[in-house]
Amino acid sequence: MRIFDPHIHMTSRTTDDYQRMAEAGVKAIVEPAFWLGQPRTGPGSFTDYFDSLIGWEPFRASQFGIKHHATIALNPKEANDPRCRPVLDLLPRYLAKDGVVAVGEIGYDSMTPAEDEVFAAQLSLALDHDLPAMVHTPHRDKARGTQRSLDVVKESGIDPGRVLLDHLNEVTVAAARDAGVWAGFSIYPDTKMSPDRMVTILREYGPERVLVNSAADWGKSDPLLTLRTAEAMLAAGFDEDDVDRVLWRNPVEFYSQSGRLDLTDVEAGPTFAGNSILRGGS
Amino acid sequence: MTTLDELRGALGPRIEEDLGRGPASVAGLFPAAGRRYGHSPLTDGWTADEAARAVLLSAVSPDEIAEVYRYGDTAEKLAVLKALPLLPIGAEAVPLLEDALRTNDTRLVTAALGPYSDHLGQEAWRQAVLKCVFMGVPLKAVHRLTERADDELGAMLRAFAHERHAAGRDMPPDALALLALKEA
Repeated sequence: MRIFDPHIHMTSRTTDDYQRMAEAGVKAIVEPAFWLGQPRTGPGSFTDYFDSLIGWEPFRASQFGIKHHATIALNPKEANDPRCRPVLDLLPRYLAKDGVVAVGEIGYDSMTPAEDEVFAAQLSLALDHDLPAMVHTPHRDKARGTQRSLDVVKESGIDPGRVLLDHLNEVTVAAARDAGVWAGFSIYPDTKMSPDRMVTILREYGPERVLVNSAADWGKSDPLLTLRTAEAMLAAGFDEDDVDRVLWRNPVEFYSQSGRLDLTDVEAGPTFAGNSILRGGS
Repeated sequence: MTTLDELRGALGPRIEEDLGRGPASVAGLFPAAGRRYGHSPLTDGWTADEAARAVLLSAVSPDEIAEVYRYGDTAEKLAVLKALPLLPIGAEAVPLLEDALRTNDTRLVTAALGPYSDHLGQEAWRQAVLKCVFMGVPLKAVHRLTERADDELGAMLRAFAHERHAAGRDMPPDALALLALKEA
């Protein structure tokens, strides 16, 4: 089994995690820029963080045979701090990088006017840089936050097929499907979504345009919940092709829209010979 | 050594077009060089993107070179380090080598010890060589290794070998060879 975790914060994880992920079949990951447990107080701490996402972290991942890409943005929570806002002017430098495959995580935390402004500005940066957008949906007031995110996406003029709406659940999935965006689900030990609930959603909505991620970070989370979801899918009667679609081909297809996803190293292995996803095959 | 003119000639009309856009556009062109020029070998150990990046740097000031390095991803930083000995900047870019040598990325440490490391002071240079031994970076990457290796580096290597021996761990063969050379 090959696994692409399209949303994981490796900066917060140890080498033990990389080891276990590699053993579980994780061959590629995307690390979105987000908040840390401790709020930042200025643009310099963002740029050092972004540097890590395009420098040190890909190097760490490569030591375990895992290909690392990133998404870059000012996250919605810190968009509310005027001391952090100047980082918006530095984003174009980072959005030009080979290893950056989307603008993200953008979206809403508390749905403030500052968040409105920064969300829209960054969707416009996605259009300028010809990049897809990765949109976080809020943990509080989620249904309204999801609808409002979809409204902002629509207003921006970005093709919904180039937008990934993440952290969806039973209540918010239908709106995302109707809007034509990609649907992301973060599988967590206790909270956002579990492997079994995910299987139920896949039964109802099918595996098209669905991405499953661990969103593992500095909180209680588990980088192997992608594998656990794959196992739950198989146990529930989905076949290996469905699993490969959700856990590999879908994220590859979504992020390939950046034109920058480079899986040369990880797709060269004998297991996948003649099965290059970049050719669009299955 | 390859010159900037040779790289420019090998790159053809596209680089002339990019240079024609003026120094202000380098910050945008530099990160995109991989996508614009590709990663294929071009000439004498240079890939097309590395060569394009070197030529682009020749159009800007040392301050802008430092800025490009500061905001560069690893491939960009490596390209800056590779280009340094070709650029007419004297020892101005030594802080970039020092930055690369502070990292734990073996590729950056290796790249910092190319021909431009002639500008690195002897003390920093010895520490860098010892760091290579510590990280397992092959010493053949170090420019003028045997020429610059002095008694002080010999003493540092001897102490490191002693430490490794006490821990029941091996020294890399190239470090042992250098030590043997210093003790001959």
